[in-house]
Amino acid sequence: MDPLLSLSHLKKYYATQKAVDDISFDIQKGSIFGLLGPNGAGKTTLLRMITGIFYPDGGEIILDGKSFNPIEDISKIGYMPEERGMYKKMKIGDQALYLAQLKGLSKSEATERIKYWFKKLEMESWWNKKVEDLSKGMSQKLQFVITVLHEPKLIILDEPFSGLDPLNANLIKDEIYGLAKKGSTIIFSTHRMEQVEEICDHIVLVNLGKKILDGSVKDIKQQYKENIFSVQATENNAIQDNAIFNVVRRTDEQVLVKIHAGYSTNDVLTQLINDKVNIVAYNELLPSLNEIFIKLVEGTHASTRAFQNQ
Amino acid sequence: MHKIWLIIQREYTTRVSNKRFIIVTFLMPLLVVGLIAASAYLSVSGTEQRNIAVIDPNGFFKSSLKNTNQISFSFPSNVDTLNYIQKGFTDILILPKFEEQKKTDYILRSKKSMGLTLQQSITTKINSAIEDQMLQEAGIKQSILDSIHKASQFAELKAYEDKGGSSKESNAGLAMGIGYASGLLIYITMFIYGAMVMRGVMEEKTNRIAEVIISSVKPFELMMGKIIGIGAVGLTQFVMWITLIVSLTSIAMGLLPADVQHQLATLQQSNGQMAGAGMAQASESAAKIYQMQHTIQTANWPLIISCFIFYFMGGFLFYSALFAAVGSVVNEDPQDAQSLMFPITMPLVFSYILTNMVTQNPNTKIAFWASMIPFSSPMVMMARVAYGVPSAVSYWELGLSMALLVIGFLFTTWLSGKIYRTGILLYGKKVTWKIMLKWVTTKQF
Repeated sequence: MDPLLSLSHLKKYYATQKAVDDISFDIQKGSIFGLLGPNGAGKTTLLRMITGIFYPDGGEIILDGKSFNPIEDISKIGYMPEERGMYKKMKIGDQALYLAQLKGLSKSEATERIKYWFKKLEMESWWNKKVEDLSKGMSQKLQFVITVLHEPKLIILDEPFSGLDPLNANLIKDEIYGLAKKGSTIIFSTHRMEQVEEICDHIVLVNLGKKILDGSVKDIKQQYKENIFSVQATENNAIQDNAIFNVVRRTDEQVLVKIHAGYSTNDVLTQLINDKVNIVAYNELLPSLNEIFIKLVEGTHASTRAFQNQ
Repeated sequence: MHKIWLIIQREYTTRVSNKRFIIVTFLMPLLVVGLIAASAYLSVSGTEQRNIAVIDPNGFFKSSLKNTNQISFSFPSNVDTLNYIQKGFTDILILPKFEEQKKTDYILRSKKSMGLTLQQSITTKINSAIEDQMLQEAGIKQSILDSIHKASQFAELKAYEDKGGSSKESNAGLAMGIGYASGLLIYITMFIYGAMVMRGVMEEKTNRIAEVIISSVKPFELMMGKIIGIGAVGLTQFVMWITLIVSLTSIAMGLLPADVQHQLATLQQSNGQMAGAGMAQASESAAKIYQMQHTIQTANWPLIISCFIFYFMGGFLFYSALFAAVGSVVNEDPQDAQSLMFPITMPLVFSYILTNMVTQNPNTKIAFWASMIPFSSPMVMMARVAYGVPSAVSYWELGLSMALLVIGFLFTTWLSGKIYRTGILLYGKKVTWKIMLKWVTTKQF
């Protein structure tokens, strides 16, 4: 399958730093893609280039098989920035209508779609309300509707769940799955790793303007696994260090063991059986994305690199 | 182009449908016309009556101090400074025995102090009484004096400006008034609408909606849409004001008493040349109104209004682009806006001061240069144009000033566009004019 979006050697330099320094990756059609990175890693700059707000200093963006043209392709993209906002004094319906028309929809088309989405997300009674009367979660929902209203091929969501209660978060999550199923490609930018693990097919991790990780969630977890297994036995205390593994951590429930290089999981089981340990459960413990993230980013002074835009 | 039109529409309709806009638009002309009507009414009827007791040992003032509708003079015999109030007088005027060739002080004592205008009119009356007395003593008969007084009332200064072969009546007072009023109006609106643009940009930035919109339209389109939309709001307001003031004035004219209206019509038909008996028939108020209308007609209104609209729009575009630039770099703190606005408000205030000078002397060197430089030309040129084109301002001067203003606002728009596109997406950083200039001179994005 051809990628919907393909970045090659993308660069964006500011006077004082390299915000995006030679980043390349592909995003497959219909996939949910996670763009991760600490604050100031260059995510926002990268997204602003993809949405045509910034022009790259170097490299190329290919959207849907053609070189990216910010003016023409704007209608193919729906962008929900992290720092989102609305006109406080404007009626919600009018606001959605205005922003949809700016995306190139006709007035009647926009009205129809807004009504459809408002009904779907139980927002019908909101039309004449003003944004200042909405809670943060409510305006988040509105923002999501505005982002997807013009049925973009590429939907970019920057922290879409912040401020949403679990109920509404699930509602939006289901919509995201639904859109992906219908063929939209979704870029999902967040710090919340548990959401990324749950939702994303593929991730890229950027730090200090460079790509440091690229792959499917499954592959990456395999790549960063540390051969740690969790063992539960009737007598946990019977599990002790030996030539094949050593105990990393012990809780009431389970024992975490790390297998030494050159041994397999069956060696562990054989050893335990020989030791007359009564095994109840045995499974591999893969690192969470959170752990991988922290491991890769920690110590790179990422936090000292404040975002600068000049 | 379609998108900028959407932005203009939103900026325009949200503001025009705002309650405050509607109230100001309708109340302002009512206020203006009301104030004029009230002051006209007060000047005719609402003044206090002065009942003055005159102590005159000379004896000749009795025939010369004539009563007016505000002052009535009496010459009682048994009144002095101690009892004039009890006797029902408001003031007492003591005229000492007049001696030739010597300056004499007369004394006015009042229950309540007298206004300057009344005092001056009493002074004039006394002096002309003395003058008459001296002329009579020198042998001129009373009847001759009377006829001279009557004849001297027929002289009136009428100034004309020469335009090639023809000449046109001009009125310096009116020119000054128009110049001052339009200068002041442009000055106030620059501030009001400039600040409106700035606040609009700040709102979009602090709301973070700017980023949503900029992913659909170019930053420059968003900025221009806002400026043009708000400019259209300003223009709408002016058009409404002019229409309302004109129609309210004609309504007010309709409320005049029938005889005054009739007299006014006669005066208009005869072009004001209702000499002798005819003139006397017209009442004082009809004559005044006619005079006012006649004076107002001496100005070249189509020219003044079109120049006003041009200079309002030009000045607005020139300054509001700068206000938009400031709005785009300000973070949540309105204090930042204050200090950044200073370089913009300074030339505005300075131009206003210049305008005041130019309304009196429209053809000085300073007036010329100030009406060329786009920072001050919207106000200063209006003050000069009021004196007439081409008599006070030649056509090439007007043309050059307009061209420079167009170049000026194209320049500030370009400059602000550069600052705006960087500033609108930049958060949490304090920006100075120096940094903004750097954005302008270096390549961005």
